[in-house]
This record gives sequence, structure tokens and C-alpha cells, in this order.
Amino acid sequence: MELVDEVSGNRQPEPVISARDVRVWYGTTRGAIRAVDGVSFDLMPGETLGLVGESGCGKSTLGRGLMGLLPTGAKRDGEVVFKGRDVFSMSAKEAYALRGHELGMIFQEPLTRLNPLMRISEHFEETIRQHEPRLPRAEVQQRAFEVLRVMGIPPTRYRSYPHEFSGGMRQRLMIALALVLRPAFVVADEPTTALDVLVEAQIVGILNDLRRTFDTSLLLITHNVGIVAEACDRVAVMYAGRIVEQGAVADVLGNPQHPYTRELLRSTISLSTTGLEFIPGSPPDLVDPPAGCRFHPRCPDAMQVCAVKDPVDVERPGGGRVECWLRGPEDLVPEGGTRPLKQEELTVADEA
Amino acid sequence: MPTKPESVTGNDTVIDVRDLSVHFGLRGSTLARLFGRDAGTVKAVDGVDLALRRGEVVGLVGESGSGKSTLGRALLGLVPITSGNVVFEGRDVGRMGRRELREVRSDIAMVFQDPNAALNPAMTVEVAVGDALRVQGVTSETERRERVVDALERVGLSPVELFLAKYPRDLSGGQKQRVVMARAIINSPTVLVADEPISMLDMSVRAKILQLMLDLKRDLDLSYVYITHDLASAKFFCDRIAIMYLGRIVEIGDTEEIFAHPRHPYTRALLKAIPDPDPARSVPRDLPRGEIPDAASPPLGCAFHPRCPVATATCGWESRDLRSLLEEHWTRRDAETYERERALVGDLDHLDTPATTARIGSGPPDQVRALLERIRAENPDEPLWQGVSEITEDGSGVVVRFHEGEDPDLRPAGGAEVACVLYGDDQG
Repeated sequence: MELVDEVSGNRQPEPVISARDVRVWYGTTRGAIRAVDGVSFDLMPGETLGLVGESGCGKSTLGRGLMGLLPTGAKRDGEVVFKGRDVFSMSAKEAYALRGHELGMIFQEPLTRLNPLMRISEHFEETIRQHEPRLPRAEVQQRAFEVLRVMGIPPTRYRSYPHEFSGGMRQRLMIALALVLRPAFVVADEPTTALDVLVEAQIVGILNDLRRTFDTSLLLITHNVGIVAEACDRVAVMYAGRIVEQGAVADVLGNPQHPYTRELLRSTISLSTTGLEFIPGSPPDLVDPPAGCRFHPRCPDAMQVCAVKDPVDVERPGGGRVECWLRGPEDLVPEGGTRPLKQEELTVADEA
Repeated sequence: MPTKPESVTGNDTVIDVRDLSVHFGLRGSTLARLFGRDAGTVKAVDGVDLALRRGEVVGLVGESGSGKSTLGRALLGLVPITSGNVVFEGRDVGRMGRRELREVRSDIAMVFQDPNAALNPAMTVEVAVGDALRVQGVTSETERRERVVDALERVGLSPVELFLAKYPRDLSGGQKQRVVMARAIINSPTVLVADEPISMLDMSVRAKILQLMLDLKRDLDLSYVYITHDLASAKFFCDRIAIMYLGRIVEIGDTEEIFAHPRHPYTRALLKAIPDPDPARSVPRDLPRGEIPDAASPPLGCAFHPRCPVATATCGWESRDLRSLLEEHWTRRDAETYERERALVGDLDHLDTPATTARIGSGPPDQVRALLERIRAENPDEPLWQGVSEITEDGSGVVVRFHEGEDPDLRPAGGAEVACVLYGDDQG
């Protein structure tokens, strides 16, 4: 927990990456899908930020948007400042040079990201030479061994092919390949979802150690609140394209301020579950999201203001940010706005 | 809010699995087949006994490759049974013809993990759910529609008219899984085999589907076989739990007993590995190493011994474990030391043939022995060393001999049954 205190302390170090009002929209025949719609966050050196939310909330789109890996037809807006430069306004060539070297990415399915015809050694050679073309082979091997060792992959396997590794080993390889160039910032998109329980726990342990072993800032995208609790310093909770609450992991998960965070935690089945709880309804259509707060149709605490006015981002009591009218600012709530909202009966037709 | 249903007492067995084995032959290379060489078999299920009682929820829990899905499929006769019996209502599923199997599958239904793959994208909800009736010979369209409407209402897809004409692509993940449920219950089964029914769904939807399954169980008097890798949902949902590893049940007992007193080291490891949303709990550091081994060539002795933190001398130590030990050791050495030690140890590939005697080294035997002693000194608690009976110098290397291993059977231990040498009939 010291890390968090240090970061939010007065001697503010420069954030590694600073996102302001990031938007990513996908064009469709029905209109634009506002997958990410005005998201801001900072990531400090060596910090791990967990980005948690359900499918369709825009968390993966945000991760790819930061890396400039969006499909054609997607439009992005806002500002992402990495080491003093805006990534979003860079030329394609500049952004290409940045990826791998300064910005790394770890994907969910390791097997689909490794070339089955290339030995592990060739993967490392390709990755490193892309950025340092003249590096001698011995040097490449030296660097690869170093990072493989941290991942617990024996050097005896350096000349093996991807299919000769187990699922967990492949994910370790992916992490090793992402880290061999020592990027300052890495996005990991659901890195453990395809893995078995015990292997998942091993990888979570590795991710947890990254900040110490590599001093890398990590954006860890996951749907699993448990993984956030175990591997992250801070957490950002996403719902329908927006970060609704962010702050230190212990604060946000221990004392959630946004009703969505609270309900998400309550509906998560854990070893201490004694009764089933769930959030009524399903996430909104992002082509035409509800007015006001996007969570208001499902929110048990919704007030009249929530259905008409966009919530304002305020400071959480324990530090961090939250956007919910329940937390203020009171002077912006119109007369009578705090009266409870009469919820239309949710039909099962809207039920997920 | 609903709470966990009362456990059912009484001994009314619906499905009785006796010493069931499902082995799959490997194809091997063309040349090997030409010369009739056996490419080996995968023992997906290897001598399993299990009884499902009426009104009960039995959980099959394990990682991928543990055989839990194969066991579930065997209950419906969806995989060829190598030996043993699956007895449903006095009849052996393994010996049934196609017609009989079809009948049984209206009594035992199955729900699969991925609702996207379980539904035909070209079939509307009405056709997909009604198809299960058509297969069972219900020809009247009016009757089919009536029963489809009834099933959809039961799974909470109402107003039904909104859903009948929809295609899977128009539905959310949770809705699709409800359609799959509707199809499973439409023939009024007595048993539902649910293979990871919630693991592809979002966290907030999982609870809804589990609740639906509880409602269906109450309304339709169902018994469940719940297959999962997720101990948390199994703890909530199941009356009894069988923990599976590499084709075997390694621990089985009442849910409360398993969670209050987990005995098998594998069960303990699974429990420790569940990420907890409570940030006050820290990351468990002593997780078992490695992954589920190759089922085509399982470890000697107890299949879990290479990963077991409390393995004993007689758990089945062998040559492959020695290789893993050396490789693990090298992940802690710099490149130069690795090259030197590697040259001293020489070829490793021959260790992949499982044996209780392993020969290593291509240098002065005393140096090879010294290397092993160094590795041992670094971590004297490594369980493998207990399994070593002697190390003798031999030509240009050393021969490591291991104690003969024991492959433990399920034995009663306290309130459960455990397959582990640490638990015998007399120990709790």
C-alpha cells in the first residue's frame, strides 16, 4: 500500500501516461457506438492500474485505443500524453516506433499471438531487432535469457516452438516478449482469462511482481474483481464507456462510492457468498445510451436528477474520483432533484 | 434473498457410475500406424465411482484436462466407454443402442459452456428449443409451440412472443444461456448435466443463471451434475463435490466438509488460488508449480506429486522430475553458469522416458554429484530429495535412483474420501 501513498503524496512524480477525455467511437449502420466516451486517468511510474468492467463496457477498446491498435472505422479523440508527447496526434510512423519499445501489449490468447513456425529464439530476435537492428545474436540471447528467467522459463527451452509449451508457459512467453524491450507502459488485456485456476494465480503473481522487477507501469484489463484486488495498486471501474469510479484498490473495493461498483461487488460469487445477488437489467446500447447517468435505469439509489443530468466527476471521500449524483456536488442538483426516481418496471425482456 | 437449498438426505440413487474409464487412443504418425505401433492412450477418465442421488447437486471440480467434462459426457453416452458402467434407472448407458440412447437423453439433458456455440445461428429461438422435441418424436406443431412457450416462460424469457422469432445474434449472453436451458428442460428431464454453464458469462449475469438453475431444480424436481473449475460457485451451488485431477477423483465429500477441512493437497491448492475481491487478503505465495501434466504420459505414482508441496518419498518420483528440477534451477542462474552446468549435465531428453532410475552427466562424476548437492543445499525442503534413495557415480556421470512410488486409491478420511498417501483409513 506504500506505493499508493507515495504516488498520491505531495511530491507528485510525472505520470507515465496521462489520458484526458479519451473517446473511441465505432461507426456502424445504426449510428456511432460510443465504446469509450470521455475517459481520463493517470498512471504513475511502476504503478498497476486495474481496469475492471463487464463485457461491452469499453475496457478493451480503451486499452487498444491507447496503443493505437484500433480497427478501421474507429475514431478516437482526446489526449493521451506519454512522456510529454501526445500519442493520439502522432504520425503512424512515430506511433509504430513507440509500440513494443515504449508501449507493450499482452493479449488474452497467447497461442494466437505466437507464430507457430518460429522458434522462441526467433520471436525474441524479431522483437528486439525491430528496434535495435544491429544487436548481435549473443546479446539478443543474453537479454532474452534475462527476462525468461524472471518469468520462470528455463533457458533449455529457448529453441523450442510455441506448441511445445503449455498454456501458462505461453502466456509467460508473451509477457517476456512484451517486457524484453523494457517498455515504460504495458497494457495487459485479460491476460489470465484463458488459463486454469492455478496457472492464473501463478500469472497474477508474476504481474504483481512486475513493478518491482521491471519498473513498468501496467494497465491490467480484467472482468475479475478478485484479480484487481490481488495485483493492482489502483482500480478504475468502467460502465457503458465511462470510468464511474477510480481510486486506491483498498478504498474502492472496501468502500465503494458508486452504486455500480457496490452492486458489481455484491453480485460477484466468491467463497463467502451465501445468497445470490444481481443487478437488474442489462448494460445499455451504446449507440443510444440513456440520458443523464448511464447506470440510472438499473440503479437502486437513482434520484430524479440522475435521469436528466450527466453526473459530475467529484473527489471520493477516501481519495480518487467518482461520478455519481449521490456524492454531489449538491449545488448543481436542481430543485427536488434528490427525490427518488420512480423506476419503470424492468421487464425480463431487458434482462441479461 | 434465496439461500442455499437444504441438502437432500436419503439414498435414492439416480445415476450410478461404477469404475468408469474412458480412454482415447492417440493417432500417432502415419508411419507408426503402418507398423502397428501404439501411439498411446489418454486416460481421460480412469476408474471413477460416483453416485448421483435424487434431488442432489454434485459438483465435478478440476482444471482443464482433469476429465470432468468427459465424465459428464459419459453420463449421456456421448463418449465411448472403455470399461465400467453408467447405470441410469437400472440400465447401463454404455450398452445402449442409438434408440435407447435417444430416450435416455430426454431424461438426462446437458447444458454446455459456450451458449454461442451451443445455438445454431440459423435457427430462431422457437426452432432451436423445439428441435429437442422434434428429435424425441413430437410431430404436432401446435404441441411443440405450446411446450416451447412453456419452457421459455420457465427460464424467464417472457413475454415469450418477443423471443420466439429471434436469432441467437439478437440475444445477450445471459439470454442465450437461458435459451440453452429451455432446450435442456423441454423434455422434462430428471437429471441436468451442466458443463461450466456460467463461466463464459459476465460476473453480474452469473448469479442470475445460477438462480435460474436453483428455481428450475425446485420447480422441476431436477438433480444436477455441475461441472466447473470455479470452487466459489461450486461451494454455493453443490451438495457434494468431487475434486478431479488427471482423470481421477482425488477427493469427494459433502461441500461443507470439503471447504471446512480440505485434505488433498490439490484441493488445498485450488482453494488458495481463488482470487478474492477482498483486498485485505494477500496474494498466496506458495502455489503449486507447473501445470496439469500430459495425460498421455502421466507421472508415475500419484499424478499430482510433481506439483505437490507436501509430497513424500513414495509419491512416485522419477526421471522427469529430475529434469524439471534442473530446469527450474537454471531459471535462477546467469547465462554463463547455465552454459557451464548444462555442458556438465549433458543430454536431458532421455529423462523424458519415465523411469525410477535416471542417469545424467557428461563430465567428471564427482562434479555432477557436486552440482546436485549444490542444488539440494539451495533448497533442502524440495520434496524430490525425499524420493531419492541413492546417487551413485557411474562413468562420466551419476545415476539417481528413486524410491518406488505408490498410486493411492480413494480412502475414507474424516468426513470425506481422499486419494493421498497422507490419508489412510485410520487417519482423519
